[in-house]
Amino acid sequence: MSLIVKKVAQLITGFIFLYGIYIIVHGHLTPGGGFAGGAIVAGAYILQTLAFGRDTLLLKKKETNTSLSESISILIALMLAGAGFFIGTKVFFNNYLPTGKIGDLVSAGTIPLYNIFIGIEVAAALLTIFLALLIYKEEIEE
Amino acid sequence: MNSLIPLFIIIPLATAFIIPVIGKLTNYFAKTITPVMLLILCFFSISLLFCSKQESYIVGGWQPVDDIPIGIYLVLDGFSKLILCIISIIGFLVAFYSISYISKYTSENNFYALFCLMIAGMNGVVLSGDLFNMFVFLEISVIASYALVAFGVGKNELEASFKYQVLGNIASFLILFSIALLYWQTKTLNIADISDVLQTHDDSVFLTFTQILLITGFGLKAAIIPFHAWLPDAHSSAPSPVSAMLSGVLIKAIGVYVLIRLFFNMFEFTYEIAVVITVLGTLSMIIGSVLAINQWDIKRLLAYSSISQIGYIILGFGIGMMVLSKGGKEGVAVLAISGSLFHMVNHSVFKGLLFLNAGAIEYRTNTRDMNQLGGLAENMPITSTSSLGASMSISGIPPFNGFFSKLIIIIAAVQAKFYLLAFLAVMVSIITLAYFLKFQKSVFYGKNKNFRDIKEVPFTMSFSMIILVILCLGLSVLAIPSVREVVFDQAVNSLINLDEYLNLVIKY
Repeated sequence: MSLIVKKVAQLITGFIFLYGIYIIVHGHLTPGGGFAGGAIVAGAYILQTLAFGRDTLLLKKKETNTSLSESISILIALMLAGAGFFIGTKVFFNNYLPTGKIGDLVSAGTIPLYNIFIGIEVAAALLTIFLALLIYKEEIEE
Repeated sequence: MNSLIPLFIIIPLATAFIIPVIGKLTNYFAKTITPVMLLILCFFSISLLFCSKQESYIVGGWQPVDDIPIGIYLVLDGFSKLILCIISIIGFLVAFYSISYISKYTSENNFYALFCLMIAGMNGVVLSGDLFNMFVFLEISVIASYALVAFGVGKNELEASFKYQVLGNIASFLILFSIALLYWQTKTLNIADISDVLQTHDDSVFLTFTQILLITGFGLKAAIIPFHAWLPDAHSSAPSPVSAMLSGVLIKAIGVYVLIRLFFNMFEFTYEIAVVITVLGTLSMIIGSVLAINQWDIKRLLAYSSISQIGYIILGFGIGMMVLSKGGKEGVAVLAISGSLFHMVNHSVFKGLLFLNAGAIEYRTNTRDMNQLGGLAENMPITSTSSLGASMSISGIPPFNGFFSKLIIIIAAVQAKFYLLAFLAVMVSIITLAYFLKFQKSVFYGKNKNFRDIKEVPFTMSFSMIILVILCLGLSVLAIPSVREVVFDQAVNSLINLDEYLNLVIKY
């Protein structure tokens, strides 16, 4: 890619990333949440990969990491939900943390936690799909 | 409320995501954990089947406000218990069979992860008491099955998977559209609540439109005849354990089950809808079997025969619906519906077994073409015997289970005075016998041309086949009326007594 594209990508990626995180952590207060924010975070990574080279070996290593973090974050979300079996009214997906004051950033019990892990999961999953397509294309060309 | 029903969804889902993490370290993890997990679910579901407790579970503890349900409901009644049993038992045997079969493919971990995901989706569909969640779980299981059909990554597999995806997505679109229409009209998504609202609702044009959309959508998923185009390709190209799962369980759990559940427990079906369902069932019964005669690919023959057998199941439910909507004798309707449920159980057993046999043949000979095979009975005694049992069972030879379930459906048809349907059911059974005799003759008997020195399949594969053929014989016990009442009466009751299902969910 040309210098202009690289420079703009460098400047803009941080902001996109921060915006994604903002959407994720404010999921219980404003529109959006884990899925939307996760997609934006994945967009930041995808922009970086598109602007700066694509070394197949590095991409493969990256893909292993993303698929691993995808599985782990889903497992953590499932454990958070399963913990509801043992706490409070003892039902699945029970909201067992203190709910706090409406409108605060730290409120709504377990919902922000689910949002964060779903954000990680969605970002990792989208990135995995993107990298898989890219690696497939590289392998075809070789 | 300390019920453990959500475990049916949590355990397979957790297994599906643990496999890619720990499976990276050791190759044996995925092979061990999947059958063990399904064995646990097996015991759990069988213990549920024999206890008479029916219950509904509110996820997250969101209690109803003014008797209007607001949370996500999981409903466990007789019908869902039966399907859960089928899913776990066939799932366990197929997973055990896969240990040897899948080892010839690369990336085994992906196979087991997708397999668990498919199980989780089907369990979710069967348990969910809420239309939108049902749709979400349905998509989980179908998307996993798209990937599983394409698992061989050859030309045929990819083409079949693509065709399956296109038709599957059309079906999902129609289903989502009808869910949206129902939500627009009734302002709720809970099945029992929708049913409650629809009782005071008299917009019959809207209702008919939604019902037709649902029949088309779930007809595509269940491969009833005008919507069957994807099934022969998808079921014959998938790896054999997956075909056994798709044909034996998936089309029932996400096609027939949901169709029957919605038409019995959500809508008050009219006579016209009952006629439509019966006609569709009869058509797929006849055309499926006629198309199967001329197939020379083993798995394509089995796939067409699946369409035909699904026709029997739908026909039984259709007869029950026609009798009920005309206000006929309830006993006849009960007989037809329990015959259908019985045939559903039987079909998953013998069709699963036949696909596993086809897989065993392909595993040793690397071909599915009947013209090249022949005389394998000497070399593969276990495969040959078990497939003979399954063939006799599917074509309705007396000591096997298929005979009794077809007999019950035919008796119900005669009692309801649908003599033509009874005659057609008998005829189709004879055609079925014809093409299974062809299958037996050209694969296991006759002259062995090309494969003289092949061996029997490994232990895990033959174990699953032996268990299934024993089940083929053993399930005949269910034909005895007193045993049948224990297993099927709960399911039939929760289907034909609308109030029972409503009481279970919205009015404690």
